[in-house]
Amino acid sequence: MKFKFSVRNVILALLILGLVALLISWFLRDPELFITQVINGLSQGAIFALVAIGYTMVYGIIELVNFAHGDVYMIGAMLSLTIASLLRASEESGPLYNLMAVLLMFLTAPVVCALLNVTIERFAYRPLRNSSRLAALITAIGVSFILEQVGLFWATLPSNPFIYFGGSGSVSKGFPALVSKANILADTGLAINLTPKHLFALALAIPLMIALTVFVRRTRTGKAMRATAQNRDAARLMGIDIDRIISMTFLIGGALAGVGGVAGGLYYEGVVWNMGFDMGLKAFTAAVLGGIGNITGAVMGGFFIGLISALSDQYLAGQWTRAVVFAVLVLVLVFRPSGFLGTTVTQKA
Amino acid sequence: MSLLQVNDIHTYYGHIHALKGISLTVEQGEIVTLIGANGAGKTTTIRTISGLLHPRSGVVLLNDEQINGMPAHQIVTKGIGQSPEGRQIFTRLTVQENLEMGAYSRSDKDGVKKDLDHVFQLFPRLAERRTQAGGTLSGGEQQMLAMGRALMTRPRVLMLDEPSMGLAPVLVDTIFEIIKTLNQEGTTILLVEQNAARALSVANRGYVLETGRIMLEGNAQELAANEQIRKLYLGEE
Repeated sequence: MKFKFSVRNVILALLILGLVALLISWFLRDPELFITQVINGLSQGAIFALVAIGYTMVYGIIELVNFAHGDVYMIGAMLSLTIASLLRASEESGPLYNLMAVLLMFLTAPVVCALLNVTIERFAYRPLRNSSRLAALITAIGVSFILEQVGLFWATLPSNPFIYFGGSGSVSKGFPALVSKANILADTGLAINLTPKHLFALALAIPLMIALTVFVRRTRTGKAMRATAQNRDAARLMGIDIDRIISMTFLIGGALAGVGGVAGGLYYEGVVWNMGFDMGLKAFTAAVLGGIGNITGAVMGGFFIGLISALSDQYLAGQWTRAVVFAVLVLVLVFRPSGFLGTTVTQKA
Repeated sequence: MSLLQVNDIHTYYGHIHALKGISLTVEQGEIVTLIGANGAGKTTTIRTISGLLHPRSGVVLLNDEQINGMPAHQIVTKGIGQSPEGRQIFTRLTVQENLEMGAYSRSDKDGVKKDLDHVFQLFPRLAERRTQAGGTLSGGEQQMLAMGRALMTRPRVLMLDEPSMGLAPVLVDTIFEIIKTLNQEGTTILLVEQNAARALSVANRGYVLETGRIMLEGNAQELAANEQIRKLYLGEE
């Protein structure tokens, strides 16, 4: 890329310089605090990334912003809390028992969310595939409302036997801290907070994302997904059953949202009926930042949003974080409309 | 019994009656061409045969088996391969991946390997560019890729929709040479072309379409000699 000396580029350079200066000054003021926030940012970024992949894959293949995707994440979190309730798993119930409980969540939530997402596509989006794009978009918003109402109803489960439920459905339900919050670096004398809870979000998300990338790049089905995303009619002429491929895309997106739901519940230690909306906004922003349709981009975007959120929470103020996230989105789109990794390969005539 | 038989098909785009009873046959080993002006229904006919469009009435038979009504991806496995109008290659897949997609529904690994080598032998340019993204190819190379990709489905009937469109004359020659070669190797071809003179020069038989109907049919030499056709489609006064 050739650098052109223009007002636009000067403003961009100043912005980047300012940001770097700000980061350095924060770092120098208290390096340990800064590093702690970077760790926070990366681990919640991993959760954003998991959800963002679902947005970006679905958009890539049917050009639909699936507004219900964040709510599928919420359903995953609700289900996890239900499992924790039934097993009466808590911080006191012993690490091995809790490990089993968490494993059970990771076995069920992705499956349920995957099937839920496939069902949504089959009954809500597929009949509209040849209608105007607006019809599908509005339907997605409708599905989002339906899922949120389900979440609201779900949250009113009685506290017996569902120990973590009860009371008003609209209130956030506490999620037991089943993954240890003990600081691994406590003995080193460093004031950096690094806990198994942080590591586990990363340890979960990164292998999944690598596996997904390999799947999409190398396997026959993965290539068929990319082909379908690029040219649906041509894909049909190759013998690709595009309905199956689209279902597959929703299946994978849903499963990752389910993983995200478990991780989100455990990480934020709370579940509430509208948590999917907030996550949806952030994950969608991450997908757009990375270049919508691009899986690696969505992952980068997720980590980026996670970092910005954590730093903004610490150095600006929690209530400004959303505004900061969207200001960054606007800036990135002004200077790079296709996102970090979004490319437009034009087809020659 | 013809290899491909289209019987009185009527296809609509919404309320527009695009094909008003098209009937044609393609015999094993032939090159049959559909010629006609823009909007005559050539591409619609091709898309109806390949299942991208469904006829409201009429039947399409491949080897006496009815294929209209099947989903497009299933018709491919029955033996209809199509190189679509405008090439429609996968721009962000590599040349090799584009060709692999052609073999998507095949499980005969050895056959696929053989066909891939054959495509590279027919189109050496594609072999040179096998790791390049499809979108970075020139128009002529993309046309070769679209044809190669269709060949990878191992079609019993290869349908080529406007393979010479937008290409420089020297490339048009190359494409028609390849069409001849493919046919000599035994591939049955249904060729749609604006370039009627070239199409008739390689074809055995031809059909002339006008506003969704077949106006004339006959063997290619007769059509090429036909007064009316010379005026209308071959640009002669």
